[in-house]
Amino acid sequence: MSWKRIKAAGVSAVTVVMLAACAGESAAGGPASAQPLKVVGPFEVHSLDPSTSGGIFTRLQVAETLVEADNRGELEPGLATAWDVAPDRKTWRFTIRTGAQFHDGTPVTAETVAAALKVADSKAGTPLSTVPVKSIRADGQTVRLDLTEPYGPLPAVLAHTSTQILAPSSYGHGQSVTKIVGSGPYRVTRLEQPSSVEVAAFEQWQGKKPAIKEVSYQAVGRSESRALMAESGQADVTFGMDPTSLQRLKQAGSLDISSVTLPRTILLKVNAGHEILSDVRVRRALSLALDREGMAKALLRDPEMAAGQLFPPSLPGWHQPSVAPVQQDEAAARALLAEAGWTPGPDGVLARNGRTFVVSLRTFPDRPELPLLATAIQAKLKELGLMLDVKVGNSSEIPAGHKDGTLELGLYSRNFALVPDALATLADDYGPKGAEYGAMGWNSTELTATLQDMAKGTDSAGAEAGRKKVSQILQEELPVIPVAWYRQSAVVSKRVEGLALDPLERSLRLTDLNWAS
Amino acid sequence: MNQLVRHESFLVPAALVLRQRVIQAVAVALFVSAACFAIVQSLPGDIAFRIAAGRYGYDQVTAASAEAVRADLGLDRPAWLQLLDWLASLARFDLGTSLVTGGNVAGELALHLSGSLQLAAAALVLAFLAGTAAGTLAAFRPGGTLDRALTFWVSAARALPPFLLGLVLILVFSVHLGVLPATGHGESTNIVLPALTLATGLSGLFARVSRDAVIRIRQSDYVRFAATKGLGGRLIFIRHVLRNTGVTLVPYIGVQAIILIEGVVVIESLFAWPGLGHALVHAIFWRDVPMIQATALALALLVVLLNTATDLAVLAIDPRPRTSQAAS
Repeated sequence: MSWKRIKAAGVSAVTVVMLAACAGESAAGGPASAQPLKVVGPFEVHSLDPSTSGGIFTRLQVAETLVEADNRGELEPGLATAWDVAPDRKTWRFTIRTGAQFHDGTPVTAETVAAALKVADSKAGTPLSTVPVKSIRADGQTVRLDLTEPYGPLPAVLAHTSTQILAPSSYGHGQSVTKIVGSGPYRVTRLEQPSSVEVAAFEQWQGKKPAIKEVSYQAVGRSESRALMAESGQADVTFGMDPTSLQRLKQAGSLDISSVTLPRTILLKVNAGHEILSDVRVRRALSLALDREGMAKALLRDPEMAAGQLFPPSLPGWHQPSVAPVQQDEAAARALLAEAGWTPGPDGVLARNGRTFVVSLRTFPDRPELPLLATAIQAKLKELGLMLDVKVGNSSEIPAGHKDGTLELGLYSRNFALVPDALATLADDYGPKGAEYGAMGWNSTELTATLQDMAKGTDSAGAEAGRKKVSQILQEELPVIPVAWYRQSAVVSKRVEGLALDPLERSLRLTDLNWAS
Repeated sequence: MNQLVRHESFLVPAALVLRQRVIQAVAVALFVSAACFAIVQSLPGDIAFRIAAGRYGYDQVTAASAEAVRADLGLDRPAWLQLLDWLASLARFDLGTSLVTGGNVAGELALHLSGSLQLAAAALVLAFLAGTAAGTLAAFRPGGTLDRALTFWVSAARALPPFLLGLVLILVFSVHLGVLPATGHGESTNIVLPALTLATGLSGLFARVSRDAVIRIRQSDYVRFAATKGLGGRLIFIRHVLRNTGVTLVPYIGVQAIILIEGVVVIESLFAWPGLGHALVHAIFWRDVPMIQATALALALLVVLLNTATDLAVLAIDPRPRTSQAAS
């Protein structure tokens, strides 16, 4: 008899647990009732310092830069309403917007802007630190930058997130940033590093008042998790979708998908100082061997992203519709290799003077498609008797390998619009000594001179011709071999409308969003 | 045996256990710190470049930024000097600042530790309640329907990888039913799915262990004696079966808790839950030495702490070791 009672007690205990779990569930009230706009993306908030925060506070439109860029990549006024350069092309003046206020209520003055820019200039590794700046100082309502030599893309550099202008109250001891007090349309209301930021509309914002008053941003590392959040309605806007999830959501059709091609290219960096790879015929053969269309279709699930040249169509001016695209041609590749002295050995592997064709390829998994592409390239080259040793490691091994000269091939994606003018990035990447994410052991005096002339901006009419020349030289000499272009997609719930993705990935464009009526 | 003697005889072995565990904790702290440091130093790759990649994002790592990191952090000092620095700070209970985020390690650790502990505790409670209830019920009729269903449950729950189970739960509860948030942190309901995922895997084992223990104890001489002397089924269950099952189950909970806290990495990353596992993986990836050392240290000390708690709990419910201690 009593056993039955114990059993009954056990059963009711289990029921209570289940009921409790159910009560917890119903307390959620359905994700759709949540008020703030929920944004999910892969970007974590590691640090508040503008030089290392990955741009999350400019993306969320909390902090402003002097210069902004529109969706075509054209520069437009930000915290500076206008700028000009003196005839010597070395003295720049940026006029600060009158009446601009920081979120703590203090006015944005030329002094505070100059102080923030000086901090940015002092940090290693930021685009501003590579500009030949002599001095930064306030001059009435303007900020004056004196350069030691002309540098045309300066306004574009001042659109980079590392040059965001923070209020003096943002800084704690020394130059360390302890909180984010910006001047943008949104202000931070809650911050929990590394995963969540909540912002609310800033009442004193001078421009158009944003329709969406509160936004909650959540960093989620796994793309599968992000896709499920989008699918379950937990996220209104989801950034950073992987190709497979995106295809599934497209087929389901219950969510809107917004896409934009980025000025970003996946490329193979080649050590042109290497005994095998220094021969331009070998580099051309590698390029001819790649099945770009197959990789774009099967791995990126986006056939249009097969790269025909280094610059994607999203870089107008640099992309040359007239240039002959790099294409797959195995016969031509074999012929070039034979011409360069590489003949098949008994095991099918090419050899020359007793040296077999084995090179290492380094890549990293931060962008999940890179290791996949690396193995596809490895398989393709093997068919031609070229052996690749693929090493998937940390991203920093590419710049480290560049520095110590051990890198042979590197596969990564390069953002040419780190600042809105690709010239700033290219002048660095393909300068006389090359760069970590640019040429290695290769230089072309003609290319360097062209880039330098363009950077000095002495011949603005020649810019068009200059870009064409740069594109041509890179296509012929192949210091880097283009593999694929990039398309960025965001998934948007039916609650929201008005999303237009920023091809420069600078801003999430929250102020343009509206609740669906 | 009167109550007073029993009480004293618990305190003495408890003090012995505590003393032994404190010594163990200090030894573990020293060993783990030194081992972590040695392992990180011997990892391939230039540590300054790694840290720079964590700080600046990979598009912006250059030799210049790596050199700035090296100079800033004094990475070119001899390794033993860096280790000595860390140990000296540790002695002052200062865990230092993160090399990547520049934040206070103790603060970050507290956030992640509380995240992991919350998740592990919720999962453990769920698994324990569901598992032992099911196991105890099954034990009353070994080979019965419930028992066979339980065997199936145990194998199924163990065979299913937590990652897959988590995805299935998200699909069911978030995508199809829309009653729970899929992932995230900060709302009270966020914990339900990750805790349920972890608890499902564990509950099977709890059920199995408690079932076997209850069957064994019910067949034991003392239970049969209690029945013979006329105690009712309920009293036997409460006085004899429950307490003796506890002796088997409590150490088992201890072991499970340790496995849980160290094993929630996958679940934390799937559900975007800020916890120790998440922090440790990031720290190793970026070679954030103070964060790696602090996290490993916290994990190691947690193991010592849980073992101590288990020892004390067993000592409290099981008189046998006490009497044997007193006899020796």
